[in-house]
Amino acid sequence: MQFSFHDSATDPSSPTASGMTPALRVKDLAFYYGSQKAIESVSMDIYQGQVTAIIGPSGCGKSTFLKALNRISELEGTVRVEGQVEFFGQNIYSRQVNLNRLRRQIGMVFQKPNPFPISIYDNVAYGVRVYSRPSRSSLDETVESALKSAALWSEVKDNLNKSALGLSGGQQQRLCIARALAVKPKILLMDEPCSALDPIATMKIEELIDHLRQELTIAIVTHNMQQASRVSQYTAFFSTDESRIGQLIEFGSTAQIFMEASQPRTRDYVEGRFG
Amino acid sequence: MTATPEPAQNLIDRDRLNDVNLANQDGHNSFIDQGFTWLVQGFAMSVVIVLGWMSWVIFRQAQPAIEKFGFGFLWTQNWDINELTFGALPYIYGTLVSSAIALIIALPIGLAVAVVTSERFLPPWIRSPIAFVVELIAAIPSVIIGLWGIFVLIPFLQPVQQWLFQHLSWIPIFNSEPAGPSMLIAGIILAIMILPTIAAISREVLIAIPKELRTASASLGATQWETIFRVLLPSAISGILGAAMLGLGRALGETMAVTMVIGNSDQISTSLLNPGNTIPALLANQFAEASDGLHIGALMYLALILFALTLIVNMLAIVLVKFLKPGEA
Ligand SMILES: Nc1ncnc2c1ncn2[C@@H]1O[C@H](COP(=O)(O)OP(=O)(O)OP(=O)(O)O)[C@@H](O)[C@H]1O
Ligand SMILES: [Mg+2]
Repeated sequence: MQFSFHDSATDPSSPTASGMTPALRVKDLAFYYGSQKAIESVSMDIYQGQVTAIIGPSGCGKSTFLKALNRISELEGTVRVEGQVEFFGQNIYSRQVNLNRLRRQIGMVFQKPNPFPISIYDNVAYGVRVYSRPSRSSLDETVESALKSAALWSEVKDNLNKSALGLSGGQQQRLCIARALAVKPKILLMDEPCSALDPIATMKIEELIDHLRQELTIAIVTHNMQQASRVSQYTAFFSTDESRIGQLIEFGSTAQIFMEASQPRTRDYVEGRFG
Repeated sequence: MTATPEPAQNLIDRDRLNDVNLANQDGHNSFIDQGFTWLVQGFAMSVVIVLGWMSWVIFRQAQPAIEKFGFGFLWTQNWDINELTFGALPYIYGTLVSSAIALIIALPIGLAVAVVTSERFLPPWIRSPIAFVVELIAAIPSVIIGLWGIFVLIPFLQPVQQWLFQHLSWIPIFNSEPAGPSMLIAGIILAIMILPTIAAISREVLIAIPKELRTASASLGATQWETIFRVLLPSAISGILGAAMLGLGRALGETMAVTMVIGNSDQISTSLLNPGNTIPALLANQFAEASDGLHIGALMYLALILFALTLIVNMLAIVLVKFLKPGEA
């Protein structure tokens, strides 16, 4: 299997792990649905301004891990977390944390595009309107720049008042990205954002991710090895053992994980012999 | 691939592979299918036939009154059995006003019940009983609700009615001395009776909203209340309106409980503290004793009007539900 890598990860002059600021620092995280443990002892950093890919076989807890990073998992019922997740040094599971502020700082894009059944404009403006009362002109600006960042502006600028449900799947997904970007998050979590999309829409979103890296930090779950190697600088490989509990097997620069993984399981997975 | 093991071939059902005939060989089976189709269609048609038959009978019996009074029946106020002059206005007015009061009270409460029982404000062991008890109200016979209205609700609300009269009598709807039974009480009784309909349907509609929309809203930093008001209720609007219309339809046609608490007065009054009357209440009170053809005709004419009212409300519900589908606005 052939992989092409993003420049900065293979470039020897690119910053190494030690020189980076972690936007999120995960320490010994365990996650329970009810009494069922889904992941355990995960420790890793998500570096600021970098794209971190999360790969691994189905059911190994990638989505669970991602959802634990902005505590959106708490909508799913009784869940419990052990360990720590630090967002620029603050533990997101501490009592003082305001959940709504947290989620504004750590946005999320889901596997299935989930636009609201309202107009394109109102979708993008939604998050902004929730926490502030912007003037019409500043809102217009925010919406336009978010749609431009999501590479959707030229396709929808004449139809901003049309229903978002009239867009194609790929456009809807970029709308969801624009909607997440409009609240100016520091981190964007993406859970298989391209799994429902055709190759052209996928390519657009990959270009977008690369571009967005200048402004924010991205963690992306993907089943597509080529995609992981194309868009990310760092890669985390998750897997399960006989106990069916997900674990972080290996974390490193994307080049390292794909070319010279230290764990045999990682090597098997990225070479397509497993999962 | 030449050395395919023998047993594997035995697993293949040759007959099935070779059977590519599409012709219908089992005539017996298709006959039962056809018969069943006819049977079901027949049952479905019988509903339409009964409805048509009913309208026709009512229309024919109303004929004497329709000929005598014409459309003027709708806006005259006299109902004198001895003089044989009849006018429907007080009953149309009473029906519409009591149902409107019912809707105004029951819609917000029903929505609140729907929201509280479909969202996770409360632990499930409180939520489900609330939903169950509210839906149980629908199972109480209306005579019993009427009795409860007379013996419990009227005495209980009399001080409230007094207070409204004493302090708010400058508002026309409260400017009469309350005597117990009133339009207001009838509206409240109706509100209780349509509450389960509104609550149960709105709850179903809210529960049916895709979970993804809640997650999307929360992931943008919205609180649960913001999600409810900005995403869930707007998405559910057509279903909620449908629920309201169904409730209204039921309120318009409710007979027994209303008759028992409305006071059965034929005067039109702006004050809700005064007694009033409704079409179903009048029909229930007078039909058994009506002997004159014109009297019966006038009652049937009223029934026809009620029929038309509920039909309009239900059609409105269908139209609203159709055209207010979320996202198609
Ligand atoms: N809401 C939930 N309630 C209970 N268990 C859950 C829930 N969501 C996930 N799980 C369990 O947690 C484990 C990890 O699931 P998760 O969705 O995180 O896997 P994943 O790596 O994202 O898989 P996939 O690649 O198929 O998306 C699975 O065993 C799953 O059954
Ligand atoms: Mg997943």
